[in-house]
Amino acid sequence: MVDATHQGGHGDDSEQTRREFLFLAAGAVGAVATAGAAWSLVDSMNPAADTLALSTTEINVAPIQEGMGVTVLWRGKPVFVRHRTAKEIEEAQNVKLTDLLDPETDQARVQKAPWLVLIGVCTHLGCVPLGNKPTDERGDWGGYRCPCHGSQYDTSGRVRRGPAPKNLEVPPYKFISDTTVRVG
Amino acid sequence: MAHQTAPSSFKNPLIRWVDDRLPIFTLMYKEYSVFPTPRNFNYLWNFGALALFMLVTMIATGVFLAMQYTPNTDLAFGSVEHIMRDVNYGWLLRYVHANGSSMFFFAVYIHIFRGLYYGSYKRPRELLWMIGVLIYLLMVATAFMGYTLPWGQMSFWGATVITNLLGALPVIGKSITTWLWGGFAVGNPTLNRFFALHYLLPFIIAAVVFLHVWALHVTGSNNPLGVEPKSEKDTLPFHPYYTMKDMFGLTVFLIIYALIVFYAPNYLGDPDNYIKANPMQTPAHIVPEWYLLPYYAILRSVPNKLIGVLLMFGAILTLFLLPWLDTSKVRSAKFRPWYQWCFWFFVLACIDLGVVGAHEPAGIWILLGRVGSIYYFAFFWILMPLLGWFEKPLPLPASISEPVLGGGKLSGSAIAAKPMEKA
Repeated sequence: MVDATHQGGHGDDSEQTRREFLFLAAGAVGAVATAGAAWSLVDSMNPAADTLALSTTEINVAPIQEGMGVTVLWRGKPVFVRHRTAKEIEEAQNVKLTDLLDPETDQARVQKAPWLVLIGVCTHLGCVPLGNKPTDERGDWGGYRCPCHGSQYDTSGRVRRGPAPKNLEVPPYKFISDTTVRVG
Repeated sequence: MAHQTAPSSFKNPLIRWVDDRLPIFTLMYKEYSVFPTPRNFNYLWNFGALALFMLVTMIATGVFLAMQYTPNTDLAFGSVEHIMRDVNYGWLLRYVHANGSSMFFFAVYIHIFRGLYYGSYKRPRELLWMIGVLIYLLMVATAFMGYTLPWGQMSFWGATVITNLLGALPVIGKSITTWLWGGFAVGNPTLNRFFALHYLLPFIIAAVVFLHVWALHVTGSNNPLGVEPKSEKDTLPFHPYYTMKDMFGLTVFLIIYALIVFYAPNYLGDPDNYIKANPMQTPAHIVPEWYLLPYYAILRSVPNKLIGVLLMFGAILTLFLLPWLDTSKVRSAKFRPWYQWCFWFFVLACIDLGVVGAHEPAGIWILLGRVGSIYYFAFFWILMPLLGWFEKPLPLPASISEPVLGGGKLSGSAIAAKPMEKA
């Protein structure tokens, strides 16, 4: 243990506090610099600008008949676009919110009632639910059914039976004409 | 900040628990806290620590760059531009890594020249020196392969020129080149394997650096007087004296590094490397990065391909033999006036070779390259052995502290004269 032979002229105490201050100040600056450097490394792993670049997909919905749906790739995930029948629309709208696991009105989830636009990823662990194809089993609520762990969704894409916790996500979309939807 | 801990016990129970089972804290305390270090280090002794800092920086930035880079000839160049333009802080990672290579070599060259001047390669530090040369060799290989990765014109053609050199070896030359390329020319197999090796070698370097520091701690450091510490009066504990001094040196080093990265990030590079590699067209001037220029000059100093290759590798391999080529009993050039002159001419020769390497081998550059190469080898193979026999060294001080603390003369006056003489 070294005794730094310092001929302190002003007495040890003021030298000690000066030294403490200098260490603290230099240490703080060093810590900030290191944190900044580390952040640049960590942040580089976040999605890059090209990934984030708002990718949009335009879908022509004219050929989709009532009761049919298409699946479109958007930002690496499937998007279900479904032309709902009158019966499906009615079922979706006439539901008591208290019956829902994740309460949301149908009106809050669709812009034009016949058109259901959802991200086709189960909110449990990420599988693609069945129900968009005419040959698929649609589950007890006539919507979607996830084959992985049995979650079921209704005709508005709302979760009715778990283990999924939330309703199927609605992506940002817009009708740029009567027959074209732009997603994203 | 006074640590009252004895080496074998720490106050903190968690630290003690770990230390009892794996004495890393005791190790750090012995090797980097109380370790007796000569008290007369100058700033040239900073550069080993700076080199270590650079190794860590290069590995850190390199790993994160590797997350975004694609080692395929069709995609590599684009992936580097993706890093520069799209990846968050990608431009920073790339410029820190590319210029870091230059800073790394800068630190290592100063570190090596310090060793040459002060006789740090002499007994008992011969193995330490040779391990250091091995590190340098690995660095050169790593840098060479790293430079090919962006797959620009200079990447491709530099790789082609240098790998073609192996073809000079008699009998096996062609097979070895084909084997190295994984094909009939530098191409995708080459790029892919260079990427794999470029990722691997720095970790090998780290392991060899560990051996380098271990060897150093066995013998203890050299010092500007070349006289081994004789008592406690000659040394200081590494912490806080050299931890703090190294931190200051690091700060200055980082300022220079930052000036380059933020204000002149492409100054040390070749603009041709911003053009995608084109196997059909050779650039007008093929030039390696600055830190490899002297070897390029030596390579081209003779018109014979094989001899040029042998001389180029020989230039580095000569360094391994240095402890036995230098016959002088005196370590530090401070007390070797003739060697001082030879040393500075050697520095001049290295700079000369560097400048020659950047030019086409024509006109005056051919002569300058040959003069530099001849002096390079003469320095090690002729001057070093002879000087030991014929040079009359100046009288050595009795110890490190004696010129300053002891003796009848006023402190400082005797030693103060010497640095002035040195010119």
